[in-house]
Amino acid sequence: MTTRDIIHETFSALTANKVRTSLTMLGIIIGIGSVISMVSIGQGAQASIQSSIEGLGANLLTIYPGALQPGRGIVSSGRGAAQSLVNEDIEVLQEIPGVSLIAPQLDRRFQIVSSLGNNTNSTVIGTSPAYAQIRNMTTVNGIFFTENQNNSLAKVAVIGPTVATDLFGAEDPLGQTLKVNGVIFRVIGVLEAKGGSGFANQDDMVFVPISTMQKILAGVDYLSVIAVSVEDKDQMENVRTLATEALIKKHRVDEADFSIISQADILGTLNQVTDAFTLFLAAIASISLVVGGIGIMNMMLTTVTERTREIGLRKAIGATRHDINLQFLTEAVALTLIGGAIGVILGWAVATTVSSLGLIQTEVSLMSVILAFGVSAVIGIAFGYYPARRASRLNPIEALRYE
Amino acid sequence: MIEVSNIKKIYINGDNETHALRGVTFTIEDGEFVAIMGPSGSGKSTLMHILGALDTPSSGGYKLDGHDVSKLSDDELAKIRRDKIGFVFQSFNLLSRTTVLRNVTLPLIYSDMPVQAREKRAVQALKDAGMDENRFNHKSNQLSGGQIQRVAIARALVNDPSLILADEPTGNLDTQTGNIVLGTFQRLNKEYGRTIILITHEKDIAEHADRIIHIRDGEIVDDSKKHTKKIINQKP
Repeated sequence: MTTRDIIHETFSALTANKVRTSLTMLGIIIGIGSVISMVSIGQGAQASIQSSIEGLGANLLTIYPGALQPGRGIVSSGRGAAQSLVNEDIEVLQEIPGVSLIAPQLDRRFQIVSSLGNNTNSTVIGTSPAYAQIRNMTTVNGIFFTENQNNSLAKVAVIGPTVATDLFGAEDPLGQTLKVNGVIFRVIGVLEAKGGSGFANQDDMVFVPISTMQKILAGVDYLSVIAVSVEDKDQMENVRTLATEALIKKHRVDEADFSIISQADILGTLNQVTDAFTLFLAAIASISLVVGGIGIMNMMLTTVTERTREIGLRKAIGATRHDINLQFLTEAVALTLIGGAIGVILGWAVATTVSSLGLIQTEVSLMSVILAFGVSAVIGIAFGYYPARRASRLNPIEALRYE
Repeated sequence: MIEVSNIKKIYINGDNETHALRGVTFTIEDGEFVAIMGPSGSGKSTLMHILGALDTPSSGGYKLDGHDVSKLSDDELAKIRRDKIGFVFQSFNLLSRTTVLRNVTLPLIYSDMPVQAREKRAVQALKDAGMDENRFNHKSNQLSGGQIQRVAIARALVNDPSLILADEPTGNLDTQTGNIVLGTFQRLNKEYGRTIILITHEKDIAEHADRIIHIRDGEIVDDSKKHTKKIINQKP
């Protein structure tokens, strides 16, 4: 039998009962379609988390006070409880080659009252002007405070857009005042909206000079975070090692009483989570693929029974077992491959719809398409094997007599 | 040439042994038109299956053109059927919704013949079987019984077989169309020298052959040449 003959036989067999063929295919279409769309949604979620983390500053090392306990990941339970980071640490860090910018940080939550009488409860971050550069923040209105204002205990504040709306509504916040813990601050800048990404929503924050924060608002001399930006991504590990050594020496401790986290650490952990999430979605979708495969097997068994006489005839005129086996296996594989192709299109359509609705920016990877085709071929072979084998082993005499 | 020597076929079903053939011996020369006749249960179907290489005998020898066919495997038997035997069945067994031409070409797809050569052979076989040329592309379910059986005969001819085995070929046809089919067999035998074996239970049908092998209870009871009933007006 030539390939052309097999294609011809398969085509005429599949078109003989179009309704049944398409219903059987539907199982595979839904299976492959859901695997493709689920995986693309999972990967899209991963990509969006990745880009929003990188948006927080790409070459960033974050130093937290207190040692992280192994196994507890980046979720620090007692941030602020440990008071091991102090202003002098910044000078030590500045000596390290490869360090570009350093922003100390002290966070507190305060009730804030505007000059218009509006209230909000928000995080106040005391920091230096470098913070804006490190975190890729820009003002849409006014300016970020300067080094001078930072050194002179200026009572100025830069507010996030959410805070601006909460406190001042439609009015221009520039030049207005707000009261934090009884201290009056003048608003000198409003930040550009970055979009609320769950944790650490920068739009809902108030920034004040670190010195003002430490000496006037909080009355402490320690820091809650030091953010260090590194000149080059390749130097990250090197700088982290040097910084760890330098701070241990400075603090005169044997083991680090602080922890340094890089964006790569956060990404790694989140990627683990999203990978598990993607796998979970794909596993659920795979169940429908298996059900589709059983549908194929069911149809092929029915077909073999229905066409018993035809099989008998083919054997009588000289078809070998191999010929019959090949014919029915090809039918099953053709069903799953065509179903797989339509499924890929369906999955792609679902993914595109999800993207265009703005839920998640999905991406259908070539890898998942290739995998989908591979899987459909394997399902065709696996679930077509038994029916084809049954057909090929029919006794021609009994098959010809079959009513 | 067909040489059958002392063929026995025993079916074992639990403790029961059924002797379908109890030692059958005969020779059929090339170009003979033979009828194998017997009532149902006589063993003629079993004999046909063995002659058609669909089954092997329990004992005894069967040589087709000098090849020993009695002890071959399933796939070797399939190759013998493909190269040396043409079947015509009582129930025609054409593929429905498939063109006449494709039906006749079907046996050739299992050989290595190139596509163009197949078509040429199929057209020739259809002409030899007396099929009307403008129906070659009709679907088989658009044909009458007589036409269907002609297509089936053409399919049996297409691989240029050493032997055509016709199993009750007129059983599903009325007398008139049956006669046309029998006439076709006579013509293929006389004009093209085809070796034809006709299996039937009807004396009337068997008499169209030149020689009748009468079988009963698994044994040959009579093997004789008779006056042949000639069909007049062989071509429609």
